[in-house]
Amino acid sequence: MNTNSNTYTIVYTTILVVLVAAVLAVAATALKGRQTDNMNLEKMKTIMLSTGFGLDEQGAVDKTADFKNLYESHIGNTLVVNCKGETVEADAFSLNLKAEYANLKAGAEASLPVYECTMEDGRNVHILALYGAGLWGAIWGYIALEDDWQTVVGAIFDHASETPGLGAKIAEPAFYTQFAGKVMEKDGAFSPVAVIKGGATDRAKDVDAISGATITSRAVSDMLSVWLAAYLPYIEAQKAMAAVAEEPAETAEESVITEENAMEE
Amino acid sequence: MNKEIYTKPFFKGNPITVLVLGICSSLAVTVQLKGALVMALSVTIVTAFSSLFISLLRNTIPNRVRIIVQLVVVAMFVILIDQVLKAFAYDTSKMLSVYIGLIITNCIIMGRIEAFALGSKPWPSFVDGACNGLGYGMILIVMAIVRELLGSGTLLGFQIIPQALYDAGYMNNGLMILPPMALILLGCVVWVHRSVDKDLQEK
Repeated sequence: MNTNSNTYTIVYTTILVVLVAAVLAVAATALKGRQTDNMNLEKMKTIMLSTGFGLDEQGAVDKTADFKNLYESHIGNTLVVNCKGETVEADAFSLNLKAEYANLKAGAEASLPVYECTMEDGRNVHILALYGAGLWGAIWGYIALEDDWQTVVGAIFDHASETPGLGAKIAEPAFYTQFAGKVMEKDGAFSPVAVIKGGATDRAKDVDAISGATITSRAVSDMLSVWLAAYLPYIEAQKAMAAVAEEPAETAEESVITEENAMEE
Repeated sequence: MNKEIYTKPFFKGNPITVLVLGICSSLAVTVQLKGALVMALSVTIVTAFSSLFISLLRNTIPNRVRIIVQLVVVAMFVILIDQVLKAFAYDTSKMLSVYIGLIITNCIIMGRIEAFALGSKPWPSFVDGACNGLGYGMILIVMAIVRELLGSGTLLGFQIIPQALYDAGYMNNGLMILPPMALILLGCVVWVHRSVDKDLQEK
């Protein structure tokens, strides 16, 4: 047979490509379940790590921890909020953060997940999602806040392809353990944790950047400021609600006075 | 079957140090031993099976589109490996990220198919592919051991350099984990190889 004729070439390549496509389709379908499970488990793991669950004393990831179980037993309520601080109907866990990040960047409306976690001592902790662009690829993470919505319980970061030994260090304890205990407040206003090159001066709020990884460090800082700014209306609303709940009497008095003033005018 | 098929890829015809193929991935994935091992294994499987496959098809492949046919077969194996790693070794697949996909562009695979599998019987082609993959993996592992040990003080993630040494003022060599140092190290490996095997030296 003439293997160099046009007909033969076209028929041959067509059959080959269809066969290969079939093999790949079967493999992709067969493995999809396991891959999705892995991805979900990874997500649960990152969420739990931000609160300090599954971290050992040095802040390193405890490989033996059962993150699925931790997630299911400690994460209570999950909700989705928009940039105006309103709660919207959606599933927090299945949100595509990459798409939401694109929305944020474009200045469009975005959906932001909030996970409510109950700690061992009964404290309520709020976990917020982060997603951004590093030097080579995506970076993402979660930041957990105390009930006052400004003290950081912990944060965790991960990346797709930052430089090993440099930018990749954002996923190492030396970097992410710095976030615990930071208070995101400056001159009485909410101000996200910043990653400062050359060492943080305001140690109550900021953390140190990684030497040799200026762009990745800056990317983490930008990511925090973009997402926390988007969460801010919701955070402010929650803070206001907490203030009302704490001091109902005083607020009531004040409102009465205001009403009287208004009547006089 | 010629015995040289087994030995050549490791020494006289090593893909990295002699043929200078597959350099990019040898610089990129040798920061940690674990990554290098998985990469070595993946490349070996892909070269072995794509050589076998192409060798089985060698008399039917239309000559004008043979490179495309080879690419399709190689790509199939690479995607399969990528999918399997994602399903069964998620952490490793995350660590190697794009480099698994980039096995397609590894010159060793296409090189062995073009140079050997297209003109040889299936079994020798399979052995040739596997040995070339292992010869590539051997260099990767040597480099990864040096880089992980000196750069992070660990091997496969376990601390090897004792804490006492750090307390005495020893520091990990940060340059070791950067790609430029990988190139210098690869140069050293080639140098050692050529000093041992005098036949490789140009007159």
